Amino acid sequence: MTDIRSEAQSLVEEGRRRLAAAPDLDAFLDTEREVLGKRSALAGLNTRLRDLPPDERREAGAVINAARTELEAEAARLRAEWEVRRRRERLAAERLDLTEIACAPARPPLPWSGRGVGHQHLVTSTRDELEDTFVAMGFTVAEGPEAETDWYNFEALNMPPDHPARGMWDTLYLRLGEPGQVLLRTHTSPVQVRLMEAGELPIYAVMPGRCYRRDTPDARHLPVFHQIEGLVVDEGITFGDMAGIIEAFTTAFFGEGMHSRLRPSFFPFTEPSAEFEVTCPICAGEGCRTCSGSGWIELGGCGMVDPNVFTAVGIDPEVYSGFAFGFGIDRLAQVRASLPDMRALLDNDVRFLTQF
Amino acid sequence: MRAPLSWLRDYAPLDAPVERLTHILSELGLVVDGVEEVGGDLGDVVVAKVLDIRPHPDADRIRLVDVDPGDGGPLQIVCGAWNFGVGDLVPLAPVGAVLPGEFKISRRKMRGEVSNGMLCSASELRLPESPGAEEGLLILDAGLAPPGTPITEALGLQRDVVFDLDITPNRPDALCMAGIARDLAAALGEEWSWPDDGGAPRVEPSLGEAPITVEAGDLCPRFTGTVLEGVPDGPSPDWMARRLTLAGMRPINAVVDVSNYVMLDLGQPNHAYDLERLGGAGILVRRGRSGERLVTLDGEERELGPHDCVICDAEGNPVGVGGIMGGASAEIASDTKRVLLECAWFSPTAIARTGNRLGLHSEARTRFERGVDPGVAERAVERFCSLLRTVPGGESLRRGPTVDARDPSLPESPTLRLRPERVNSILGVTLSGEQITGLLRPLGFELTADGDAFDVKVPTWRLEVHREIDLIEEVARMWGYQRIERTVPAGAGRSTGVLTARQRERRRIRQVLTGAGVNEAWTTTFLGPGDLERAGLDPAAVEVQNPLDRSESLLRTSLLPGLLKALRFNLDRQLDDLALFEIGRVFSPPPEGQIVPVEAEHLAVAVLPPAGATGVAAVESAVRSWQWLAAALRLDRTSIEAATVPGLHPARSARLLSDGVALGEIGEVDADVVSAYGLSGRIGWLRLSLDELASAPRRSQQARDVSRYPASDVDLAFVAPDAVPAAALVEAVRSAGGDLLEDLSLFDVYRGPRLGQGRRSLALRVRLRAMDRTLSDAELGAVRQQMIDAAA
Repeated sequence: MTDIRSEAQSLVEEGRRRLAAAPDLDAFLDTEREVLGKRSALAGLNTRLRDLPPDERREAGAVINAARTELEAEAARLRAEWEVRRRRERLAAERLDLTEIACAPARPPLPWSGRGVGHQHLVTSTRDELEDTFVAMGFTVAEGPEAETDWYNFEALNMPPDHPARGMWDTLYLRLGEPGQVLLRTHTSPVQVRLMEAGELPIYAVMPGRCYRRDTPDARHLPVFHQIEGLVVDEGITFGDMAGIIEAFTTAFFGEGMHSRLRPSFFPFTEPSAEFEVTCPICAGEGCRTCSGSGWIELGGCGMVDPNVFTAVGIDPEVYSGFAFGFGIDRLAQVRASLPDMRALLDNDVRFLTQF
Repeated sequence: MRAPLSWLRDYAPLDAPVERLTHILSELGLVVDGVEEVGGDLGDVVVAKVLDIRPHPDADRIRLVDVDPGDGGPLQIVCGAWNFGVGDLVPLAPVGAVLPGEFKISRRKMRGEVSNGMLCSASELRLPESPGAEEGLLILDAGLAPPGTPITEALGLQRDVVFDLDITPNRPDALCMAGIARDLAAALGEEWSWPDDGGAPRVEPSLGEAPITVEAGDLCPRFTGTVLEGVPDGPSPDWMARRLTLAGMRPINAVVDVSNYVMLDLGQPNHAYDLERLGGAGILVRRGRSGERLVTLDGEERELGPHDCVICDAEGNPVGVGGIMGGASAEIASDTKRVLLECAWFSPTAIARTGNRLGLHSEARTRFERGVDPGVAERAVERFCSLLRTVPGGESLRRGPTVDARDPSLPESPTLRLRPERVNSILGVTLSGEQITGLLRPLGFELTADGDAFDVKVPTWRLEVHREIDLIEEVARMWGYQRIERTVPAGAGRSTGVLTARQRERRRIRQVLTGAGVNEAWTTTFLGPGDLERAGLDPAAVEVQNPLDRSESLLRTSLLPGLLKALRFNLDRQLDDLALFEIGRVFSPPPEGQIVPVEAEHLAVAVLPPAGATGVAAVESAVRSWQWLAAALRLDRTSIEAATVPGLHPARSARLLSDGVALGEIGEVDADVVSAYGLSGRIGWLRLSLDELASAPRRSQQARDVSRYPASDVDLAFVAPDAVPAAALVEAVRSAGGDLLEDLSLFDVYRGPRLGQGRRSLALRVRLRAMDRTLSDAELGAVRQQMIDAAA
């Protein structure tokens, strides 16, 4: 028994010494096999167990196991070190002075590419087109943060806490601040609040950007999507002006013969509120599957800025009036491109990307 | 909200074609999601009795059925349904019948066997499918009617139209037939009136008043209780069951049906308690106590708290969550004879709070949360009693006096000031006071002229109208949005439409990269746990508190994981030779003392060259993308500085600087990251911060003269240790060349045994030219020497 104990101990010592002495990874792996493998001296100790009386056998078995565990741990530690070293060497061998490439005569970034010219994403090109249309109509383009406080997304928009209309948007909240205080904007309307707070009047602006809702993705909805909103605040702005701007936009963007119509609706931040529909761009109003035969597709919402919103941002509603409108960019792109499933927008399949 | 036209017509003739009514509803803001015609086009369908069912000799999925169509039969029909047996009564569309959808039935042979008509399912007849029914034919109740009876007669079907309306939250008054009919009648110019329902039984004081105590008057400002005796226990009459079915509710028994009917008819949710099962035979309305529990009618145990309004029996035992759902304990049963009828009004915010906290939805909650007419309770009690009396067995219904407990917080209808001039200036119309009066009166608003303005008394059912602007909306709605003339803002102070420099630059970047063959991607903002670690990045990220899925529980701090996933998506579809870019926001946790994440806008380019490309192709494309962008954006004083960048190959990555300010990084994605994302090969990577880019210095736009004199090219080769970046050498040569140096490039790099380990030869081509003369050999020699000295 004491034999086995001391023998095991010396095998561990020897194993450690030999593993540490290996000059490179390959030699190390060979050594590891020799000192820990099936034919190692350590494994050989086990064959001697059967000669021992049963009570000593158990004790001796435990001694051998402990020795093996100790040596294995050492081998694992060294192996990891070797791997790090090898990786470092491999990486070092690949060292490149990137300025050598930068100082060489300029060449196109993808000299090998067989794919030809690149394509902008359907959503960004639609956004560009919308921006251009509104810029031509005298609007500026404003942007704002995607993570917002409750104040900008709801409260300043005439939706105090517990307001039932908040249920119109399924909101994604962030684990920051007090629970429910910081969220991902559910619409681009917070940018309106920021613009009005900044106080430079009049305002003729559109606000495109990414928005978030806790919606299960389906063919027509994505939890991450893009919206564009417009805001006009000036003296003497009327509902008729709103209808006129939307009509002008519709014709400018969709083309001659394309029209808009408004129907009463509800949004907490506008009053009166409306939904706006435009002539179906697929059938030009004839009636087709896209518009369920009606000749119209629902594009978005609009309305006269609610006096409570003006008050929240410090604008006198008796002096100024204004309107806001908004709609989904992805949804518009989907309709125009007759895209059956919006989820394709997020796949980034190059066969899809290069169609637009 | 499903509104059967026949029900709406209780209130007004609504004498217009369905298409016109549909149009008017939409123009009123009562959006029509669907119009269902029921009971029409079924004149040819009859009740038939199944006499025999035999297998089809030549087909497995269809069978031969003999039916009695009224003349004794047998009439052979080939049928593909399996849910019926011999003796069942089923609907038969005989040869010549036309089913809804212009579907004409003719005699036809199916696999050699003649079918003399078609046995029908509920959906083929456009009838409501009973919940839980097996797929297949509509099985009629045994003994419903003898074979041959027209199905419309057997089922008591009348032609009707059901409007499926999407009622916006600002129109609680339109969550009932009376309210929808009121809008329609006003738009059609028709008279609207309460229907005559035969009258309720007279009040019998001898029945006594139930003791009703309201302790929580702020949560429940009005509670009425009425004792009813001799309550019938059978089913409700067919006409009522049919209306409820059309409106989307399942008929249950007389009391429950009348309760639902009154809610749908008048918008007053109400509740009938079994008086025998109410301790103390009365009601106590109080706040919930912490830890108090109640099993609601849906069988769930609910925990209540001090913000909740709890309906209790007179002994204080909870019997319902006020205004949301009753409890199981005092539910009426088949042996119920005496009932306490509740018609109450609850505070909308209290209802919303409790409903949200309990996650409990009900028709009652929807209505109370948005606002029920606080003055309709009496009428609801009357209607409840008169309807219950018409139910079989309801003739002996008796009713006690109504106890009406009111709190001062019960809202009253306000009187609002309405200025016609304001109406016109907001809407852009020119309506007279008379016109405005004509538009608002039919909705129940009472207008009294006072000087240039009106005092408008708001009806109790429109309490969400509480400001002048709300009245203006009503005027616009009734006048018609389509009739408001479209104008364009005069806009004296209008700005000029223009994109900002940042917005223009973003577009320029897209143009340059797409021009270079890179495709624009759009990846989600969300990452899952582990995505950042797998990309070799710091795992600290802002967490989403309520993600739809764990894989979307973090906000991205880098575009790298998203683009790697996009590359993988393509590679999995055998698409290689990939180059993607994205411009998007990334989010980092807020600094101490702030709660909103820090947002930055990044550009990233990821290039995965096709199989067979050289080992440096990927990183080269990243560097060249940078060069193209830097040139196109006219960036000045930029440099590339080797650096270790998380996620990138430590010996093939560098920081991009402009005037010493870091703009981003370039390099090759670390091989471990590549394999962690299930990719293989080398991936070139470029990231730029658009925020830093915005303030980076640009090359001057001032024109520089170009020389008309000949140039001289000089080639120079230097051996330099690997530790010296080529750019350092190039810069030294460039500055030594001074004004004479027109162009400079590294045209060859040579490594070899001749030079020894860790050194390489860099061959430069320098083009020299003076603005005002041809350079002499002596001058060239001097400059050449200066450049050599500078590089040494």
